[in-house]
Amino acid sequence: MTVDATPAPRAPADTGAKGRPHPIARLIWTRTALGLVTLLVVSILIFAATQVLPGNAATAVLGHNASASAVRTMELRLGLNKPAVTQYWDWFSGVLRGRLGTSLANGQPVWGLVGPRLLNSLVLVILAGLIGALLGAGLGMFAAIRRDKPADHVLSVGTLAVTSLPEFVVAIFLVIIFSTVLLHILPGVSPLESTSGAVKPWQDPKELVLPVAALVVVIVPYIFRMMRAATIEALESDYVEMARLNGLSPVRVLLRHALPNAVAPTVQVIGLNLLYLAGGIVLVEFVFDYPGVGQGLVSAVADRDIPQIQFIVLVLATFYIAMNIVTDVAALMATPRRRVAR
Amino acid sequence: MTAPAPAPPPEATTAPRVRRREWLHILTGAARTPRGMAGSGLVLLVVLLAVTGPFFAAYPPLQFVTTPGAPPSSKFPLGSDILGRDVLSRVLDGGWQLLLMATAAMLIGIVLGTAAGIAAAQLRGWRDGVIMRTVDVILAFPQLVFALLLVSILGPTRWLLVVAVGLSHAPQVARVIRAAALDVSERDFVKAVEITGVRQSRVMSGEILPNLLTPLMVEAGLRLTYSIVIMTGLSFIGFGLQPPAPNWGYMINENRIILTTNPWAVVAPAILIAVLTVGLNTFTDAIARVALGIERAEKLIAEASGTGSVAEIPA
Repeated sequence: MTVDATPAPRAPADTGAKGRPHPIARLIWTRTALGLVTLLVVSILIFAATQVLPGNAATAVLGHNASASAVRTMELRLGLNKPAVTQYWDWFSGVLRGRLGTSLANGQPVWGLVGPRLLNSLVLVILAGLIGALLGAGLGMFAAIRRDKPADHVLSVGTLAVTSLPEFVVAIFLVIIFSTVLLHILPGVSPLESTSGAVKPWQDPKELVLPVAALVVVIVPYIFRMMRAATIEALESDYVEMARLNGLSPVRVLLRHALPNAVAPTVQVIGLNLLYLAGGIVLVEFVFDYPGVGQGLVSAVADRDIPQIQFIVLVLATFYIAMNIVTDVAALMATPRRRVAR
Repeated sequence: MTAPAPAPPPEATTAPRVRRREWLHILTGAARTPRGMAGSGLVLLVVLLAVTGPFFAAYPPLQFVTTPGAPPSSKFPLGSDILGRDVLSRVLDGGWQLLLMATAAMLIGIVLGTAAGIAAAQLRGWRDGVIMRTVDVILAFPQLVFALLLVSILGPTRWLLVVAVGLSHAPQVARVIRAAALDVSERDFVKAVEITGVRQSRVMSGEILPNLLTPLMVEAGLRLTYSIVIMTGLSFIGFGLQPPAPNWGYMINENRIILTTNPWAVVAPAILIAVLTVGLNTFTDAIARVALGIERAEKLIAEASGTGSVAEIPA
């Protein structure tokens, strides 16, 4: 309303921020630095869990029936004869220079095995995140406007029931309903080639429907709940009441005054759900035999393929840390009253 | 509240003591709400079935009794599984271990997380920093991946599964408890006790912990739900409880191939897991609503359900 006419809040901010960087820039820097430190510790933890923990990694890879000479060869290959710190440094510096080693299961380079999977998983996560966010936010807003009416009750109880359903149970029910027992309209198992990477998932969208649907069903309840609560809070605030009393139309009150203040918490929840998807894809990809990093991780663990396990877990953790920073910054930028330096 | 009035506190400074058996009041109060009734009913149903089931199983769960993948018949009400074992007997026998391990993992997560959260809030300074940065490190792993990483080389033994899942809960609990404990540690009665020179550990266990009952109960409910989700998920992909002993997670996986001949071998365990998690979640929701009121409950659950950081935005 009168906000545009008063440049007042800007002026002191400019003078106050002279020597100091803008708060958002500062936030990005500190969070990134902290994130890199976290990542370093995470990499040490990954390495320790796979290669240094009590119990010989070489016998774990080969099984207990392996001959002594085979075990010794594997120890040399994994560098287990060197001190733990040297082993870690060899691995970590290798990752930094893009040398990821070769798979213990089939001798192929790890990047060649995991790279195409990363792309496939990214398609899954982005699609599920996008559809889930739109659906969850839309339904949440709708329920908030119809608060305590039948539509709100049905949506609230419905999403409560779906919350915390394990993703693999949702996926199995989707398979039962749409591709085996009841109907036969969608493929229940993805025939995409995992290693050759010849067929890209977007070339056969039908394969994506059920995996994406399973992930969407799992994340929508959280986004719905948050958006509903945030919209209700905004609708009950004084400034919305004021706008309403000023005689603005309900649509304008909602879109122009209530919604902007419900965006920040929703951005955070959407971010959290993308983070959640980093773990959620593991089971869903396994159910549909979808060639992504999640399924790759499961088969790598089954093969005790240490270089692949280390790299995939490191990638998932990096995604997690980076998304956390992006979410925090986006939420900050979406909070109008906190954008300006004080 | 019919209980005899508690003796007056020894010192006036330790004022707001928690009502005796407050947790019981919250539980019974929650069970009387429609949500609580539905939730506790579903949970009791599954728990009863899992615990008493092994005594009612008609066949030994490991014995091959008929042709593989047989549809339901009068002798085998849910048909047979991929190897010709009785599905009903395996379903009845396949839950109690999961429940036991999930509960143990929840307890580990709650104890570790609560200790870390209270310590961080009360000790402040560098110790707070160290605890919360450790929390950040573990949070960087998706819970299932964290557990998978720990069992990948050591192998899925039962105690390791419980410890791995419990450890993966701890940072989430620590975040929620730290936020709640920060509020409590600012209150006058805590400050008053601190002035008397009592040891910090006494302040934490005697003054702060009793005032965290509500977030603790909600956390316990949520972590138990996620324990079951992760335990069954790990078992589903073959890295949890090991066959041939039946468990609901792995049953779903091994019988996927005979989905067209006997879907019940998959549907029955899947429904039980679903009913259990939905029931637990609904009951937890009822607890939060009774203890906090609807609006604060929505907030607490939304924050606690998040799998990562809700940024502490600098004001």
